Amino acid sequence: MHRIEVRLKSHLPDARGLGLVRDIHDLGITTVSQVRVVDIYWLDADLTTEELDIICRQLLADPVTQDYRYLTPSVDVRGRVKGLRPFTPNSSPSPYQGEGDRGGEVSKELHSVEVAYNAGVADPVEGTVMKAVRDLGISGVRAVKTAKGYLLHGHLDEKSQEVINSRLLVNPIIQHVVRREQSAFPENPQYDFSLERVSLLEMDAAALSEVRRQFGFTDDELQAIVAYYRKQGRNPADVELETLAQTWSEHCVHKTFKAKISFGGKTIDNLLRSTIMKATQELAKPWCISVFDDNAGVIDFDGRWALCFKVETHNHPSAVEPYGGAATGIGGVVRDPLGTGLGAKPILNTDVFCFGPPDLPDEKLPKGVLHPRRIFKGVRAGVADYANRLGIPTLNGAILFDERYTANPLVYCGTLALMPKDLGRRGQQKPGDLVVLVGGRTGRDGIHGVTFASERLTEESSSVSYTSVQIGNPIVEKKVIDVLMQARDRGLYRRITDCGGGGLSSAVGEMAEETGVRVDLDKVPLKYAGLSYSEMWVSESQERMLLAVPPESLEELKSLFAREDVEAAVIGEFTGDRRLRLFYQGNLVGDLSMEFLHGGRPPLVREAVWQQPVFIEPDFVCPADLREALLALLGSWNVCSKEWVIRQYDHEVQGGSVLKPLVGKNSDGPGDAAIIKPVLDSEKGVIVSNGINPKYGEIDPYWMAASAVDEALRQIVAVGGNLDRVALLDNFCWGNTDQPEMLGALVRAAQACYDSALAYGTPFISGKDSLYNEFEQEGVTVNIPHTLLISAIGIMEDSAQAVSMDFKQVGNLVYLVGTTQNELGGSEYFRTHGFVGNSVPKVDLKHARDLMNSLSMATKKCLVRACHDCSEGGIGVALAEMAFAGGLGATADLKAVPLGEPMDRDDFLLFSESNSRFLVEVAPENKEEFEKTLSGTPFAAIGRTTDTERLEIYGLSGRKIVDASLAELKEAWQRPLRW
Amino acid sequence: MASKVRTLILRASGTNCDAETVFAFRQAGAEVSLVHVNQLIRGEERLADYRIMVIPGGFTYGDDIAAGKVLANELRQKLGEDIVRFIEDGKLILGICNGFQVLVKAGFLPEPGKEVLPGLTLATNDSGKFECRWVHLVVPERSPCIFTRGIERLYLPVAHGEGKLVVLNGVLSELNMALLYTDESGGTGAGYPSNPNGSVADIAGICDASGRVFGLMPHPERHIRGTQHPQWTRLGARKYGDGFKIFQNALDWAERL
Repeated sequence: MHRIEVRLKSHLPDARGLGLVRDIHDLGITTVSQVRVVDIYWLDADLTTEELDIICRQLLADPVTQDYRYLTPSVDVRGRVKGLRPFTPNSSPSPYQGEGDRGGEVSKELHSVEVAYNAGVADPVEGTVMKAVRDLGISGVRAVKTAKGYLLHGHLDEKSQEVINSRLLVNPIIQHVVRREQSAFPENPQYDFSLERVSLLEMDAAALSEVRRQFGFTDDELQAIVAYYRKQGRNPADVELETLAQTWSEHCVHKTFKAKISFGGKTIDNLLRSTIMKATQELAKPWCISVFDDNAGVIDFDGRWALCFKVETHNHPSAVEPYGGAATGIGGVVRDPLGTGLGAKPILNTDVFCFGPPDLPDEKLPKGVLHPRRIFKGVRAGVADYANRLGIPTLNGAILFDERYTANPLVYCGTLALMPKDLGRRGQQKPGDLVVLVGGRTGRDGIHGVTFASERLTEESSSVSYTSVQIGNPIVEKKVIDVLMQARDRGLYRRITDCGGGGLSSAVGEMAEETGVRVDLDKVPLKYAGLSYSEMWVSESQERMLLAVPPESLEELKSLFAREDVEAAVIGEFTGDRRLRLFYQGNLVGDLSMEFLHGGRPPLVREAVWQQPVFIEPDFVCPADLREALLALLGSWNVCSKEWVIRQYDHEVQGGSVLKPLVGKNSDGPGDAAIIKPVLDSEKGVIVSNGINPKYGEIDPYWMAASAVDEALRQIVAVGGNLDRVALLDNFCWGNTDQPEMLGALVRAAQACYDSALAYGTPFISGKDSLYNEFEQEGVTVNIPHTLLISAIGIMEDSAQAVSMDFKQVGNLVYLVGTTQNELGGSEYFRTHGFVGNSVPKVDLKHARDLMNSLSMATKKCLVRACHDCSEGGIGVALAEMAFAGGLGATADLKAVPLGEPMDRDDFLLFSESNSRFLVEVAPENKEEFEKTLSGTPFAAIGRTTDTERLEIYGLSGRKIVDASLAELKEAWQRPLRW
Repeated sequence: MASKVRTLILRASGTNCDAETVFAFRQAGAEVSLVHVNQLIRGEERLADYRIMVIPGGFTYGDDIAAGKVLANELRQKLGEDIVRFIEDGKLILGICNGFQVLVKAGFLPEPGKEVLPGLTLATNDSGKFECRWVHLVVPERSPCIFTRGIERLYLPVAHGEGKLVVLNGVLSELNMALLYTDESGGTGAGYPSNPNGSVADIAGICDASGRVFGLMPHPERHIRGTQHPQWTRLGARKYGDGFKIFQNALDWAERL
């Protein structure tokens, strides 16, 4: 057993440590002046000092920047390290670089913490170190474990140290502080097979109720299960109940959306089919290739290629372990298109987050909940680390803040992918095809993640739900993508799906629905011994895909996978008996009919009601000068610059970007939508955008949904696209829909999705929902705001016609297209004054499409120099953003604004969030042609670009109501998230 | 026109800029093979059959331990002799971003063929963050680099967390600087974010004494067409981006081999 410590040479600044110092100061602990991080490696091996020196010098420590030291502690018979104190700072000057004593005095001004992963949590670095040591020609390393040491300089009392540990250094879900002599390589308990049955048929009501709770069944579902087994004349095996629980979970089957819902005196039989899917059916676009049938939606791109698009959520795992939860959210959504049709290559990510406010006072933080700032930072890091490593550009997204997301953040992860058009439809296996599990190995990761996702969070979630959080390994997933694309193009498999929620139980169970399958669970490759057969079956270990491989292709497939260092294991065979049969070491451990598994679930019956709430109307007077109000809006969490996040994503990888997330003179303005060229040698582009307005949902979820669709489409039009070929995704994140009011709100939103999709001619191609997003503390339940994310992709014939939002030239005209109404209900302006209001922005579904079409025509004629849609903060914020992004001043006159109803307040006019509005920059020489092109739609020239570097806005009375320099506007917008 | 230049783009676990690097070389007229490192190690492909070898960007082996370290170790141990011979044969090697990190950490830069690892490395950015941003670059006068011939200035994106060039005492004066970070007007010493990572002497890329082994942190393959430029909607789009010339230069040279 060897322990190696590597740290930066003492004269070099430690960037990781500097970041930690900033975070520690953020906690209000200002006495820490410096942090140094030490990488610790445990090698289970018996190496010579020569070998250890080679490993350190050539591999683990950088000869230029780092020092190392190692030691070989004695070990007892059970492999435990004897007499070794955890990592301590060293007072002696140079114990590193060679064998030395690890002791040393702990000064009051120097504190040390050693953090290791919990047993069963695998750090991907461990496998890499094993490989690299082998490459060095050194054999005999049996295992590697990693840990981190932190040296904190400065005075710290025990309490502050504990705060730093718990808030920054350790997440108890996956890590612990090493406090005493420890076993770096804990033994895994061995598993002895025994068939577990649940004596369902003999149970009394109380015991049944316990089973119902344990597996998350409804009463009706459990009754159906009891009836099924009564007919079989036997009790269920545990693994059968697990399978039913996973397959029938809200996460997998979306039973609320498929429920019988009584609402407003009518019964809705399957909300999904009667709204969102219905719009797609009625629109019947010939370019829709695969909709609501597979893991993602597929549309035709150019006759040769198809685009595949999916957005998912990973909310509950991100609440308890933000980094890992968000990382595996990316990993999971990337596997959706990979498991759609015969497999699509991911080419773009879009991520939308909803958090509590980063400045939430500690006293408002519920017990057992991580601070929003930490969740935000962790989620950002998890998403960036995973997506950047996969080499997928993150080009689009949004971040929203509301106190009600504090305990239940939302993490939407979306992936756009590309595949040959003729491989876009779901494949079909044949009896006799082999079930092949490829990619990562199976461990205890994420066991019961699905049922966790479908339950509400409580203050104990952090302590009880640890097995639900999975540790992602992006490089394994990258290898899987690379090799699968080759296997696909060689035609080596007939069907593919991902192992996601519910693990093998869902993936195999769904794939084999039409045929039947037998699985030998002992053939599943494991990360470590000791898993029971039912743990293997429901484990949600990441980076795994499932293939149906014809026997004659197996050899070629296996050698291809071997070349790319990816595991592929045959774990069973598809049959023709329409049964799911599970074996472990030859014993039949589970046997279910596909008919019951997929058709036996009794539908939910739900009540839904909805009544528009009445909020207090604001009573403050219109300020005479709106400069301060504009600066406050620009600096609000929802509006402010997200550059700190965006820059840490790779948005250029794959070389396809045409319009980036940050645009303008200094590449720091907020672009409306991203454009990429998915096929590098074609000029055809795809636009990606999103719309999300949870604050409108408290007033009316119908208009929230319609606004979200309008916003996503506005952005497509704003960057130069059109509505000819636009596909939508819906993603509902809702509170507890067992409550009739909550479900009523969901019904309203779904109805608006239907109406909007038809009005704009833009079909939904896929979607997802995450319900039960609520948090309970001391008997009080907080539901998240109703949150609907609409994601859109639009195809652009010529990507070189893209338009960015920054003002381009002095002396150009600034037009406002669309009508402004007195619509500030749920607006950012009202929110900054502490009001919600009632006048929610509506959408003129009759005319909005025509308006967008005529603007698209103007951009196609190259008449538009810049275009920006009006959203949070209305005209005021949009004008300011266009001005400082372009580095040009502007004047605007509110008297010229086309109104839909009489308005007499400058502030309402300037900050109304009415939908379907655009600010457009047009050169004077194109004035006539532009106005002709837009005839029939409401528009007006409201201002001009200037060389003053100031934004000047005149109110209804002709008085100047805003006069601000671009520098101060930009500073207000950039300051909040300059972290 | 001479026969097409066979170019090997090397791939390993975690390489992720391979497709656009292949595209850039094909646009420039090369005959490109995308080869997995395992194919070279197993002898299924021979380095000697190619005239250019490229290590593209990515996170090889997750950048576990340190960026590029594990692939560097693998190449040095398993293919070191082949690579040194490749260089001695007058052929070209290009390492972009992670590829640059690999070349340095394997000791193929700044001077191939040495027993001991060199006294320079690429370390964590001063900002402590992975950052994706566009940078202005200048080619120093009298640079021997084959790849940057005829180029004075470039505008390219960087996207990395470990791009800060750090050297031991005395190494700097020996380096063949091939590319420097500058401000918009071409001046060095402008600090962050013009120099996005805190590299010593604003160094963005170096080459060996022959100019045929070149490593750089910025991504020329991400700026080969005009509409990749972040301000093209303001300035108008040119047909080719700044980075394209680097690939053309490589082919022009290799065609004569």
